[in-house]
Amino acid sequence: MSTSKEIKFSNEALELVAKMISRYPEGKQKSALLPVLHLAQAEFDGWLSPEVMDYVAELLSIQPIEVYEVASFYSMFNLKPVGKCLLEVCRTSSCWLRGANEIVEHIEKKLGIKEGETTPDGMFTLKTVECLGSCGTAPMMMCGAQFHENLTFQKVDSILDQLKSEGKRKTYLDDVTVNHY
Amino acid sequence: MGKKLLLANDHIPGIQSYQVYRQHGGYASVEKALKTMKPEDVLEEVKKSGLRGRGGAGFPTGMKWSFLAKPEGVPRYLVCNADESEPGTFKDRYLMSRIPHILVEGMITSSYALGAHTSYIYIRGEYYYVAQILERAISEAYANGWLGKNIQGSGYDLDLYVQVGGGAYICGEETALLESLEGKRGNPRIKPPFPAIAGLYGCPTVVNNVETISAVVPIVNGGGDAYAAIGVGKSTGTKLISASGHINKPGVYEIEMGISVEDFIYSDEYCGGIINGKKLKAVVAGGSSVPVLPADLIITTAAGEKRLMTYESLADGGFATGTMLGSGGFIVMDEDTSIVENLHTFARFYHHESCGQCSPCREGTGWMEKIIHKILDGHGTLEDVDLLWEIQKKIEGNTICPLGDAAAWPVASAIRHFRAEFEEYVKNSSQIKKIRHYDLINH
Repeated sequence: MSTSKEIKFSNEALELVAKMISRYPEGKQKSALLPVLHLAQAEFDGWLSPEVMDYVAELLSIQPIEVYEVASFYSMFNLKPVGKCLLEVCRTSSCWLRGANEIVEHIEKKLGIKEGETTPDGMFTLKTVECLGSCGTAPMMMCGAQFHENLTFQKVDSILDQLKSEGKRKTYLDDVTVNHY
Repeated sequence: MGKKLLLANDHIPGIQSYQVYRQHGGYASVEKALKTMKPEDVLEEVKKSGLRGRGGAGFPTGMKWSFLAKPEGVPRYLVCNADESEPGTFKDRYLMSRIPHILVEGMITSSYALGAHTSYIYIRGEYYYVAQILERAISEAYANGWLGKNIQGSGYDLDLYVQVGGGAYICGEETALLESLEGKRGNPRIKPPFPAIAGLYGCPTVVNNVETISAVVPIVNGGGDAYAAIGVGKSTGTKLISASGHINKPGVYEIEMGISVEDFIYSDEYCGGIINGKKLKAVVAGGSSVPVLPADLIITTAAGEKRLMTYESLADGGFATGTMLGSGGFIVMDEDTSIVENLHTFARFYHHESCGQCSPCREGTGWMEKIIHKILDGHGTLEDVDLLWEIQKKIEGNTICPLGDAAAWPVASAIRHFRAEFEEYVKNSSQIKKIRHYDLINH
């Protein structure tokens, strides 16, 4: 889906939005903002453009600023375009103790980009993040909803190759069942 | 082997599913509560159990429940805090993804006790896949008559929903969590009023951690007294410990409160000792916010007694020589670890996660990160170490929520116990710069 087209959720997504809103008392539809933003990010190329945020504001009958201030507060919402696969590598204490910095360096070398950058083909964006609750299976990175744990250079290589050959956009809403726990 | 109350069945294949969970005694606490107990009887058992909040603060759960205001005609809410984000802590993720129904069951029994008819589980956004596991468990519970109208013919109604966050550590603070659940930025509220009086949508609300709510299941099943019989003194029952770092067997362990720290680190039943037979240097015992302790002080107290895995024993000696049980995020560091570099990861974390409301925290966490970075890079002075000490002192106690304290304590304890290491970085700065520059050339 391209953002140059008219910004509108599919009927399926609109049904989901209605379901989300129904979870809160009447008049408290703003509570659905975070879930709806996740849905919007997954539907519209992995990031939240001002137009997408305005659309979400309209859906929830709230002011656009109420959406902007929330989207800019939480670290999972991307306010700029990102690659199809956003690699989020944890490097807080436990991950650092088990070699997270070396994992970041390895990915940088392999993809030829630095932290915060996107590969020219738009496939990967590399991001370092704070603790994702995978300390016992460190080092780890997240891509979409998937936790990749107990990373080694070799494991990273095969994950990146796999993601590249799939060529699909990964989102937080992907149905994954093969996580470690 | 210690007694297990939460993870007793976690090895059973298919325990994620309703059918298997039910076959192994699942939902018995709901049956017992709805059919044989009044809501206040459930509260009484929780009080008797001595259960304390498992999210980190350790506040008595029964007391928290008893503060809940009950004005006529106003809805009350139970909100589960599944925003687990304290570095070193991953027990709730483990519990929810392995045995999701125990949380659903605990939510029903607890909601009944509190008189809530709508309850929410607020889970951190990064655990989206866990939210999906919970959603599946909740639909199974609806399908089998454990949620919805007139649960099991008792006349009690309850709806339970999962809400995902957007990636913000601060939303683990209960009032920030409620703000976030209302669709706002996660800025902690000024207290009072406490959530028990004015919480979600201004209504009386109880916010409890995943492990706390799950513990209500064995408490109702076996009785509060039986739960209280486990443990030592005011540290009753079992606790999930997330063990990570330089140990042979990282993972989540359910321990009976009162086992010794030494046993926990070295016995094969738990961490299995330090990797490659190295020596222990330091431990962060309860998640990143609690004071780091050097090996000698974590194994024995300053008074020379064996330190135990309990709220009281870990806190023995105050902050001068003790620490806290916190969330049970147990991070182990071997003899080769740089305390300063580990501290830098914590300082960066708190700087990133400060919500920005209070100046001491918003500015102070950034200054601390920069100064530690400067010292690490070989540009530090001895005055910088003192400055670091001054900054943390000025953050502590001067903010709306405990994130300020949580950012200050790791810095204070690292300087208190490992000052010489900071000074080493300063004294050998030319050496450090050379190594760094050599690294750069080779990059």
